[in-house]
Amino acid sequence: MHSIILRTATVFLKYLLLVFSVYLLLGGHNEPGGGFVGGLVAASAFILFAIAYNVEEARKRLRIEPAVLIGIGLLTALFSGLIPVILNKSFLTGVWFHGHSEIFGDIHIGSPLFFDVGVYLVVLGVTVKIIFSLLEEV
Amino acid sequence: MSHIIILPILIPLITAAVSLLGWKKRIYQKNMGVVGAFLLLVVAVYLLMHVYRNGIIAVQMGSWIAPFGITLVCDLFSAIMVLLAAIIAFATILYSCFTVDKDRESFGYYPLMHLMMMGICGAFLTGDIFNLYVWFEVLLISSFVLLVLGGEKQQMEGAIKYVTLNLLSSTFFLVAVGILYGLLGTLNMADLAIKIKTISEPGLITLVSVLFLMAFGIKAAIFPMFFWLPASYHTPPVAVSAVFAGLLTKVGVYALIRVFTLIFIQDTEVTHSLILGIAAFTMVTGVLGAAAQNEFRRILSFHIISQIGYMIMGLGLFTKAALAGSVFYIIHHIIVKSNLFLVSGFAHKVKGSFHLSKLGDMYRDHPYVSIVFLVSALSLAGLPPLSGFFAKFILIKSALEVGQYGIVVVALIVGLLTLFSMTKIWQEVFWKKMEGSKPVLSSVSGFALSGMFIPMVWLALMTVCIGFGAQFVFGLSLQTAEQLMDPTSYVAAVLQSQQ
Amino acid sequence: MSFWLAIIVGVLYSAGIYMMMRRSVVKLIIGLALLSHAANLLIFTGAGIVREKAPIISKFQETVSNNADPLPQALVLTAIVISFGVLAFALVLTHRAVESVGTDDLDQMKETDT
Repeated sequence: MHSIILRTATVFLKYLLLVFSVYLLLGGHNEPGGGFVGGLVAASAFILFAIAYNVEEARKRLRIEPAVLIGIGLLTALFSGLIPVILNKSFLTGVWFHGHSEIFGDIHIGSPLFFDVGVYLVVLGVTVKIIFSLLEEV
Repeated sequence: MSHIIILPILIPLITAAVSLLGWKKRIYQKNMGVVGAFLLLVVAVYLLMHVYRNGIIAVQMGSWIAPFGITLVCDLFSAIMVLLAAIIAFATILYSCFTVDKDRESFGYYPLMHLMMMGICGAFLTGDIFNLYVWFEVLLISSFVLLVLGGEKQQMEGAIKYVTLNLLSSTFFLVAVGILYGLLGTLNMADLAIKIKTISEPGLITLVSVLFLMAFGIKAAIFPMFFWLPASYHTPPVAVSAVFAGLLTKVGVYALIRVFTLIFIQDTEVTHSLILGIAAFTMVTGVLGAAAQNEFRRILSFHIISQIGYMIMGLGLFTKAALAGSVFYIIHHIIVKSNLFLVSGFAHKVKGSFHLSKLGDMYRDHPYVSIVFLVSALSLAGLPPLSGFFAKFILIKSALEVGQYGIVVVALIVGLLTLFSMTKIWQEVFWKKMEGSKPVLSSVSGFALSGMFIPMVWLALMTVCIGFGAQFVFGLSLQTAEQLMDPTSYVAAVLQSQQ
Repeated sequence: MSFWLAIIVGVLYSAGIYMMMRRSVVKLIIGLALLSHAANLLIFTGAGIVREKAPIISKFQETVSNNADPLPQALVLTAIVISFGVLAFALVLTHRAVESVGTDDLDQMKETDT
């Protein structure tokens, strides 16, 4: 598609969508959002780019092959499941770390976060892979 | 040591994920595929030994207490099925290394194979009925892609039928799970087994059980819902056909046996008699369909259907001996059937066709492969002392014990017709003198042929071993059937394994 | 409310099955999509519907008897995601199949049957 308005808008929208996707990912623990939604929003940024320009260009911006993203995502999610196994708890049990620092205030980091990051990457990879293959087909 | 139960799911997942990191690197993915399959085999052997010695193990995922979270359970039946899956996965992945073309390999053939193995192992190990649905979908989606990978016209046509009917069965499954949850308010299979006894309307439960029968029946290809199988199983590469033939329908059979021994046992007059009737029809239609075919893999596909009939015959009779027969039959069938598909691939590789009329002279050119075929084929037909004989013998004996003479007659006649089909293949492919010019063999190296030969010999040896070690295998099956017929130990293991 | 939802489930089923009986592959896929929607709605209805009580328990709440059941919602969500993936695959499959066979008429796709 050749539309100057869309192309110009995409340049800005892309970053906006990516930042928003990370916001959704991190906010997902207490509010609506999470890895799945975040991944879809991130994928939509690259898909928008592919529609406004072309798939070749969008692939360059993604820098990494979608299938590799799926692999990394799966391993990340798996890692979050294996943390409790190392601590001799059941697979996929949530493990939480509570700490305090001067700059950030109270910190709560749990293994579910890694799981969500994994989901984010898998959803991003899968969606982008499906849509890119479809766009290349037509 | 109960963590070992997650390994049959994790190993294929890790293998697939690590292979995906090297996208388009064929050799790397191939090596990872073989290593992963080997590890899976080692773990599966260990798991079976562990369960055999120490009894049922159950683990609560995420430490959620039993009826609320997802439980993984491994009793003898699950452990046997996981081991069989691992054996077939290892054999076919070795076979794939020498047969699958470069295009398919670079589009993720090995990662997909392992994702499918993850789905299969997950389905065998889960103790939660909705989780079972999820594992079914995992293995189905991977099998869809494996089926169409390569994109030939035949594959597309076969895939449309396969995809449509399997999606339909998933919908049935989902609806059945939904209604069951609405009635009982739980999804844990052990908990369902307890709560189902308290329900005041047994008619409703029977209705739901028939929905489950439909859902799993389509996947297991029982009469009259088997039409997708012979329309699609002969279209993908042989290694894929072999895994599908060996394992996918058996996941359906596993699910049938699991729910109809654990949950739906309050109205056996209706449900199990229905299953027995279906078993008879499945056997007969399958074997008659095979008699009318002239394509190597299509004959074998129809035979899968008739063999499924034997497996659910044991479930329909619903005695301890009969269930032991079913388990024995599954063990025997998975190994033999996959091996026959592998042989058909070998014949195609050296003679260039799957059609019986265009094949011939195999015995003269490849006598050892012919012996492998003969062992498997005679075992399938049920000739002593091979594994198929004992499987059929146990089933028929237990049917006679409860006085079901009709099914005995059907089973015996179907066995005879199976022998007829196998001799037809032997006659046409191995014995007959080939007419016309010899096809070009230049593309097949001796190295590839011997590589294909190794998994075939391995599976054939296992068939022979099951035949000669029938007493041990039968003892194992009997112990499995005992656990299935008396689910109290299963229920206790699930509900008491708080961690 | 359950009554009307039950009617809608029935309508979705009949519409889905009607579409699946048509000869066009595309309509077959639409039929499958309708069937999976019907199944999801059925789970949702079958597990009981609670009005305006989200399955979130506040600190001050003593009992949970009036809240909606979160499990069917989770089931439906899982089923929706799965059917989304499968339908995306089925669409691509249809596209390729129509391309390689040259027609979308199911009656013409009989090569693998005999």
